[in-house]
Amino acid sequence: MKKILIVDDEPNIVMSLEYTFKKNNFEVFIARDGQEALEILNKQFPDVIILDVMMPMVDGFATLEQIKKDERLQHCKVIFLSAKNKEKDIEKGLSLGANLYVTKPFSIKKLVEQVQELIQ
Amino acid sequence: MSSIGLLLILTLYVSILFYIAHWAEKRSNSKWTTNPYIYSFSLAVYCTAWTYYGSIGVAAQSGLSYLPIYLGPIIIIPTWMIILKRIIRISRVNKISSIADFISLRYGNSRFLGALVTLICIFGVLPYIALQLKSISDTFNIVTNTQSSSNIFSDTTTYVCLALALFASYYGTKYVDASEKRRGIVTAVAMESILKLIFFLIIGIYVTYFVFDGFDDIYAKAVLLDSFDKKNTIGGLTEGINWFFLCVLSMFAIFLLPRQFHTAIVENNKETHIRTAIWLFPLYLLLFNIFVFPIAWGGNILFEGQGLNADTYSLLIPQFFNNNTLTVLVFLGGFSAAISMIIVSSISLSTMLSNNLLIPYGFVGSLENTSQEKNNKRILNSRKIAIFSLIILAYFIYRFFVLDYSLVSIGLVSFVVIAQLAPAFFGALFWKRGSKKGAITGIVLGFLVCFYTLLLPYAIGITSSSSAFLQEGPWAIELLKPFHLFGLDYLEPIQNAFFWSMLLNTMSYLAVSVSFKGNYRERNYAEMFVDIDKYITNHENAFVWKGTAYISDIKKVLQRFLGEDRTKRALNIFNLKYNIDKNITTADARFIKFAENLLTGHIGTASAKILISSVIKEDKISLPEVLRILEESKENIIINKKLTDTSNELKKISDQLKHANQELIKKDIQKDEFLDTVTHELRTPITAIRAATEILHDDDDEIPNELRKQFLKSIISESDRLNRLIDKILDLEKFETGKHKIYLSKNNISKTIKNTIDSVRQLINNKNIAIIFNEASEEIKAFYDEERIIQVIHNLVSNAIKFCPETNGEITITVTENNKDVAVRIHNNGKGIKVEEFEPIFDKFYQSRNQNVKKPVGSGLGLAICKQIIEHHKGSIWVESTEGNGATFIFTLPNYNTTENQ
Repeated sequence: MKKILIVDDEPNIVMSLEYTFKKNNFEVFIARDGQEALEILNKQFPDVIILDVMMPMVDGFATLEQIKKDERLQHCKVIFLSAKNKEKDIEKGLSLGANLYVTKPFSIKKLVEQVQELIQ
Repeated sequence: MSSIGLLLILTLYVSILFYIAHWAEKRSNSKWTTNPYIYSFSLAVYCTAWTYYGSIGVAAQSGLSYLPIYLGPIIIIPTWMIILKRIIRISRVNKISSIADFISLRYGNSRFLGALVTLICIFGVLPYIALQLKSISDTFNIVTNTQSSSNIFSDTTTYVCLALALFASYYGTKYVDASEKRRGIVTAVAMESILKLIFFLIIGIYVTYFVFDGFDDIYAKAVLLDSFDKKNTIGGLTEGINWFFLCVLSMFAIFLLPRQFHTAIVENNKETHIRTAIWLFPLYLLLFNIFVFPIAWGGNILFEGQGLNADTYSLLIPQFFNNNTLTVLVFLGGFSAAISMIIVSSISLSTMLSNNLLIPYGFVGSLENTSQEKNNKRILNSRKIAIFSLIILAYFIYRFFVLDYSLVSIGLVSFVVIAQLAPAFFGALFWKRGSKKGAITGIVLGFLVCFYTLLLPYAIGITSSSSAFLQEGPWAIELLKPFHLFGLDYLEPIQNAFFWSMLLNTMSYLAVSVSFKGNYRERNYAEMFVDIDKYITNHENAFVWKGTAYISDIKKVLQRFLGEDRTKRALNIFNLKYNIDKNITTADARFIKFAENLLTGHIGTASAKILISSVIKEDKISLPEVLRILEESKENIIINKKLTDTSNELKKISDQLKHANQELIKKDIQKDEFLDTVTHELRTPITAIRAATEILHDDDDEIPNELRKQFLKSIISESDRLNRLIDKILDLEKFETGKHKIYLSKNNISKTIKNTIDSVRQLINNKNIAIIFNEASEEIKAFYDEERIIQVIHNLVSNAIKFCPETNGEITITVTENNKDVAVRIHNNGKGIKVEEFEPIFDKFYQSRNQNVKKPVGSGLGLAICKQIIEHHKGSIWVESTEGNGATFIFTLPNYNTTENQ
């Protein structure tokens, strides 16, 4: 079973993502901000991480930087999921090493496809 | 008390003073030595032994007549704010170190006038110093119960005199530059002023309350004395006129006495110190005079008919009661008064003697030496010798002339002599037409009158009315009777001399000045003195001079007195000040004036001019030309000022434009940021709705019922959130663009708060928060739009609830009112807000943009809207907090109940 970590501070969005990925046979972990995510990543090494950008305490960009430093997480695919849809935000996200930058609002169906594509 | 004992005490006392002087000299820049109080107390050098003992003598013999000497200064001191400030400014820029410098510089830097003023001062002050010595000697004899000795070597005053001469010549000539401040001397003098006042008050209290039973008791007993009525009756118009002249005389003295000029002007560090002096110094004089009358009449009562010298009552009374300590204290007070006067006077006289008499008349030639050290040593030595010889000279005057006179009479003679400088001095300050010839004529004639009517009778020792010279006048010419000149018979000798000498002096000064114009140099300095405020920052500009001069020649002269380093530094400062190229070889007028100033402190104004003139070639210049140049320089100053004003104005406008531009750029960035944030905030609920809807749409059949309900619920709440957000954005936009109107009506603020609290009661109860609402004791009404203010209070209370801790949350609301406004304070006991967030917290979306706080449960626009609402009410809103102690949001509304805001 593939593992996925969802990091977002909007409970209703998390609820939809959790439902969908569970339905698609993922083991789902949830974090409400970057800090929580990094705590989980100390013990779990998911295949995919979905990261919001604007979060309290540690934002998405900073979280990714931390992830990239961790040897054990080199295989992780990272997808940014953000309402920040400006050219420069997308560029920044990708340059930090994200595999994908998906802007909000998004199609859940399409997101699942993209995730599956990434891990094959 | 034995002579040896008293001498030991004296030695100890003087050593302490030496130590203070030494200590202060080392701390010349500390606030202990350069403060307005030291300055004010040093002015009290005015109160000499004559004040200390003589006032009592006068009060005992002729009632209130001792007062005018203090009334005069007290009346004139308020004008110091203007006059003294002006004198200080003139003296500072011209490096003036004595009254002789001051007067001679104004009248065309006249060598002769400087010497004349010096002579007048010496004539006036030496007997006065002698008088101080006499008081020391007299009182010493009283305290030790000895007779005054006819042998110079067994007279203690001889040794006191020598010690003083050494002290003054050592501390008074620390610097070659006489305009330098002598902190040591000044601090010691200030200390002595404090001590003499304290000792005098102690004896006053002793006599009034211990010997007698208060003022009333003394009065009751004094009334019974035969002479009381006669001595204490104010004698109508004639005595009024006598009083008037004494007041005027002492008004002049407070400006003109060399020691006053020295402490008030040469030793002034800051103009602002005058502000303290104008209340403290009169207060000092007042305190000094409180007990004069009680002591005098207490003495009269105790020693009636014994024919004792009333001047010494303050010593005789404690001695009479065998109070040795007090006798010695009083003696030390009088001693302080005497030596302060002697030291300061001899320093200022010696400066005059060397800078205005010895150096310009002869010495200047011997200063041709190229070695700075030798020249300076010579100058200092000349001053040391001058101080020494002046004090010794005073000593001989004391030994041979003044032994027989009372303290007051000699003091007043001194005042009258010094007063001869008044017309020239005050003319220098206020009248541009005053000329050198006028000043000289006035001073000489005034002095001659003074000599005839006062000095002569005193010098030949005939003040008793039995003398034929006084009774009938010389050669029996009635009109020439010295004490009743020209038949004026109701003035007392001092007033008579003062009146006639001053009349003749002033008249001739005015008449000669008007008839014979001064030369261009006089006119030039007149301009600089009278209009000092205009030239204060660059007075060298006002100096008119034409001719050829080379900087290198002048530099050589300067080096002879200042040394190479100081000359170089001074030149650099000058070049910097006037923005002059240092390669220029010819000197202009400004440079010549600057060089003269540099030398003035060392050798006086006249010699400075002589030395500088010897190396430059001056062209003749006519008076009209001087006036024209002065006029031009005045115009230049005005034009310059206008130009600077305009350029300043332009700079201000350009600054404003720059500021406005920056403001616009900032606004633009803010707008972009705002839009970014708004779209982000809008997209978030849309994202949630879209995701939930997509799930419901795609796998409608598979979703468990409960989960489906949850998705539907999330769609509803996110839609509401979206709607609220849009509402708030529009709300805010309308406030910002002024489309929202505020409808003011008179409301009860407490009621409004109560209603609002009720609407959030559920939330408060859920979190178990205690809400404390301190209503004002009286009903407070204010004008506001109730709906909007409810919105504000609701928002602030909701925030408070959010930030309250999970347990023991507490919200306190208070309402207060003052003349200006009504204030509502909403306090929560949460963790508080950082100082740097006090302002941005009211920005739109501040919380959601700030990554350091938990995402708000709200729009992030609440406080921004509150701010808009309150500002539309012309009130203000802010937050106060100390971290850990919760936060208080405060808003105020103008109080329209008071007239102030209507």
